[in-house]
This record gives sequence, C-alpha cells and structure tokens, in this order.
Amino acid sequence: MEILNFLIQNHDLLLKLTIEHISLVAVAVGLATLTGVPIGIAITQNERVANIVLYTASIIITIPSIALFGLMIPILSVIGHGIGYLPAVIAVLLYSQLPIIRNTYTAINNVDPALREAARGIGMSPMQRLRMVEIPLAIPVIMAGIRIAVVMNIGVMAIASYIGAGGLGVLISRGITQSDPRQLVAGAIAVSILAIIADYSLMHLQKKLTPREGTQQ
Amino acid sequence: MIKINNLTKIFKTPNGPVTAANNIQMEVPEGEICVLLGPSGCGKTTTLKMINRIVPPTSGKVFINGEDTSGLDTVSLRRNIGYVIQQIGLFPNMTIEENIVLVPKLLGWESARYKKRALELLDMVALDPSVFLKRYPKELSGGQQQRIGVARALAADPPVMLMDEPFGAIDPINREIIQDEFLKMQKVLNKTIMFVSHDIDEAVKMSNRIAIFKAGELIQYDTPDNILAHPKDEFVKNFVGDDRALKRLRLVNVAQVMEPPIHVLQTDSLSDAFQKMQACGYFHAITLVNKSTQPIGFVTKEATQTRQGQCGEHYIGLKSVISINDDLRKVASKMFTHDITWMPCVDDEGRMVGQITQKGITHYLGATYRRDSYQNPPNESEHIDPSNTTSC
Repeated sequence: MEILNFLIQNHDLLLKLTIEHISLVAVAVGLATLTGVPIGIAITQNERVANIVLYTASIIITIPSIALFGLMIPILSVIGHGIGYLPAVIAVLLYSQLPIIRNTYTAINNVDPALREAARGIGMSPMQRLRMVEIPLAIPVIMAGIRIAVVMNIGVMAIASYIGAGGLGVLISRGITQSDPRQLVAGAIAVSILAIIADYSLMHLQKKLTPREGTQQ
Repeated sequence: MIKINNLTKIFKTPNGPVTAANNIQMEVPEGEICVLLGPSGCGKTTTLKMINRIVPPTSGKVFINGEDTSGLDTVSLRRNIGYVIQQIGLFPNMTIEENIVLVPKLLGWESARYKKRALELLDMVALDPSVFLKRYPKELSGGQQQRIGVARALAADPPVMLMDEPFGAIDPINREIIQDEFLKMQKVLNKTIMFVSHDIDEAVKMSNRIAIFKAGELIQYDTPDNILAHPKDEFVKNFVGDDRALKRLRLVNVAQVMEPPIHVLQTDSLSDAFQKMQACGYFHAITLVNKSTQPIGFVTKEATQTRQGQCGEHYIGLKSVISINDDLRKVASKMFTHDITWMPCVDDEGRMVGQITQKGITHYLGATYRRDSYQNPPNESEHIDPSNTTSC
C-alpha cells in the first residue's frame, strides 16, 4: 500500500526516470545494433577472426558493470565525460555486442547451404545474396539477439545511476542510501515491468520483420 | 553447345592433393542432353560445377556456344546458364513469382515483361498461375517445388542448363512424371543441357549422350544405346548392370521394330485368311480389323483349317494393342502381362499400321551384337525374321 501511494504521489518523477531509462537503453542498443550486425556478418568470412571477435565480446560481458563504469571514469575524463550519459551508453553498447554479434554470425552461417548455392548459381553478387536472401532469412535470430541485449541492459542501466546517468536506477540507489524501502521496491518493480514490456513488444516487432514464408504443407 | 577442354580440378586437402576431375574433354552439341553418370565421388558433379564456376577449375577451359567463358565474370556467366540443384533451393522468403523472376529482375527486365514471363513459365511446367503465383515455396510439394526450380532456371531463357541430380529427391512416381514433362519441354526449348545423375535408368531415359565417370576420369562418352550395347570396360559394364540389354528396350520405339500390317476383314472368308497366312508364313494367327482398319481380334490358323464361313464369325478378341509411339519396354511388359508373343501396332486414331513380334524385338536388339561378332555390317534382309517375311 505504501509503495502504491508512493508511486501515485511521485508519478511525475517516475515517468521522467522511465523515459530517461528507455532513451539510454534505446540509444545504446541502437548503436550496438548498427555496429554488431555488420561485424557479425563480416566475421562469417573468416573463422579465425570470428573466434577472436566472439571471444573478446565474451570477455567484455563478464566484466561487472560497476567495474566497467569505474574503469571508464579516468578514460572518459580526458574528454570531460568521466561520468553521466556517455559512459553509461558506452557500457551498454559494449555489453550488447556479444548477443547481437553472436546471433548475427550464427544466423548468417546457418542459412541453408543449398540456398546459398542456388543464389550463387543463378548469378547473384555477394551483396545481392546478403540483401535478398541471407539477411531476410537471418532476421528472426538477429532480432532475438537484440531482444536479449535490450532486456539484459535494462537491468544493467539501473546501475548507471551511480555514475549520474539517471534512469530508474536513481530510485533504487536513493532507496538504498536513504534506507527507504518504498523507493527501492518501486524502482525495482518499475525496472522489471519495463523489461517485460520491452521484451514483449520486441517479440512483436520480430514477428513483423520476419519474412512471410507461408505455412508448411 | 558446351565444350570442355582439358578441365582439371585438384582439391587441396590435409591429406594431400586430391584430383576430383582429371583432364576432362568433351563436347555437348546444341540442343542435346548429356548425362554425367557415375558413382559418388567420381567427379561428375565437380565437372558440372566447373562450368558455371561454382567450383573454380584448377586448369582447362569451358566454351559455351564457342565463347571462352574464362573471360567472363562469374556473375554474368551464371546469369546466362540455367542452374537446377537437387535440394531445389527456392528462397523461402519469396513467393513463387518472386523466385521465378529473380534472374530477369537481376538482368534489369521491365516489370511487365518479367511478370508475363512468370505466367508463361508456370504454364510451361504445368502449374496453374492463379493458384501458385502468390504462394510460398513451403506451401508446395517437393515435385511442385522442383518444377518451380526448373522454371526459375529457364526464366531468362539461357541457352545452356546445368542440372545437378534435379529429380533425385522426388518420389519415384512424381519423378517419372516430371521427367516426361521435362523431355516434352526440351523438345520445344532445345536447350543444351548437362545433367548429373547416378541412376542409369534416368540417364538412359533423359539423355542423348552419356558420359561415364570413374575416380575423376571420363571413361566413356557415347550415345545411351552404344554405352548399353558396347560398354568400354568392366567398370562401365558393371555400372550399367547385367540387364543392360533390357535397358535398351526403352531406347527403341515400336515404329522402329514393327513389321508391315497383315490383316483380314470380318467379311473375308476363312479360306482367304488361311491363304494369307500361308503366303506370309504365319504359323498361328492373323489380326482381324474392322472397316476403319482398327484391330478388333484375331483368327487362329486352326480355325481357318477346321471351320467354314467368314472371319467375323470365328475370331477371338484381342488382349492388347500397342501405340507406335511407345517404347519396347512397354511392349515387353504387355507381352508378359498377357502371355502373348505378338501385338498389332496402332496409330493415334487406333488404326492398325503394323505388328510387333517377340522375334522381331530380339532380332532388332541382337543386330548390334551380331555386328560385333561378324565385324561387318549385316545386310538388310538379315534384320527381318524369315517367318515373318513380307512378300504380301
């Protein structure tokens, strides 16, 4: 009851923090998609490079977020952005690389070799094959990677409030420092609900983007 | 016309280089179907794929209609060669129409033109455009999908087609149907086709020429009849099978073997029938036809000798007739089914135009072997069975 009252009384703040949170994750994962998908496609050309890239992305994802934020403070201080928006976006961008690159790589690699041969055989150039055959068929798996990145990083972004990036993490960190369970729980619930809604709507987007294939006879 | 000159492919493997195709030399004349035949790993598929450079050749040249293809870039080379593979490879994210018009689209045709082409092609492969045009490949059966695969390969009307076991994944009944349809289409289209198969029956049925491969070498390249009648070595002999003489039945039409028609009318008297049989040297019976020379029965020699009257009163119904367009396999099958040794041959209107006998068939097929043993061509009269000599 207390929590509900708190939420109603502070709905302005809640909305502002939610929007902040969404925009942080959206910008970071959006940028990660722009980098991760082309990297994922590119590394299908060379297995050794693919292994190195995927290994590096795996290492990045194992760094605890709080440590990553800490590491970036001295580095980004050079350009005057040691804390705040920029390091938060960069951290999430790095965390998103693994699911996006790996899913793209797997999806493109798993396109039926017969389709690839047919595409080559009828005289499609490598770019045409990618654009007309391989990417459309890989879309569901690539989208699944993006979904994982979004949901995972909605959680990670909650910690970014410690470096002053804002978002729903503000409620949580305040709840801890002020020993105020109302704020803490409200923040945690808001983050969870946001993650569920994001996952659900991305699933719909994924279905929309998946090319129609008809139903199996 | 496809001409292959000293084509060689050496694959580098961890266990050292492997020669998949060694100095292949062959030529497929325009409008013919050449089947590359052999056990798996014999180099037939590698040879086929070197033509459109899906497999880049180690050395050697490919000429298409006299043009050296090594000067062409792979993309434009492939757009001028129809390519059909066993796994069909229709793009599941595109409709049937989009699949078919892909090559014309890549070649920059106008949309009205390629849409019209899609309709034409669906008609050609015997699928109703109003039903199939907007469907997706997964909604089609395997046989239907491969028809679309063939239509896609034909879309830009390439002079040459490469087919890698195109009907291998289709069930036997549909395979026969599609093969027949394909042969019918080929009669009109007159493409130069290279076709990989491991099935000798398919090869005999589809090809004008057969190339037999073994361990990367082209062993024998000849017409199906010559391959079956004169296999070059033990390997070819074993590969085409012990029943190779039977396989030749498919290659010969009734019209090539039948003898001139001898028949009697219903109104002829039995003694006339007897005279006719004596004159032609028939031992058993003579065909009875109606006024429009359609065979309806036969009169036995015994009846002509023991009874009186007209043929129409003493005939026995026919068990079977054969069309002159059928092959000897069907003749043999009908003969075995009905336990008979001869049959009247009819044209499309059902009129008797000849007759075919077991003796005539064995004689025809045996001629090529006798030629071998005599080492000189037989004279014409040797072809004809003495008992059926046609002085009538």
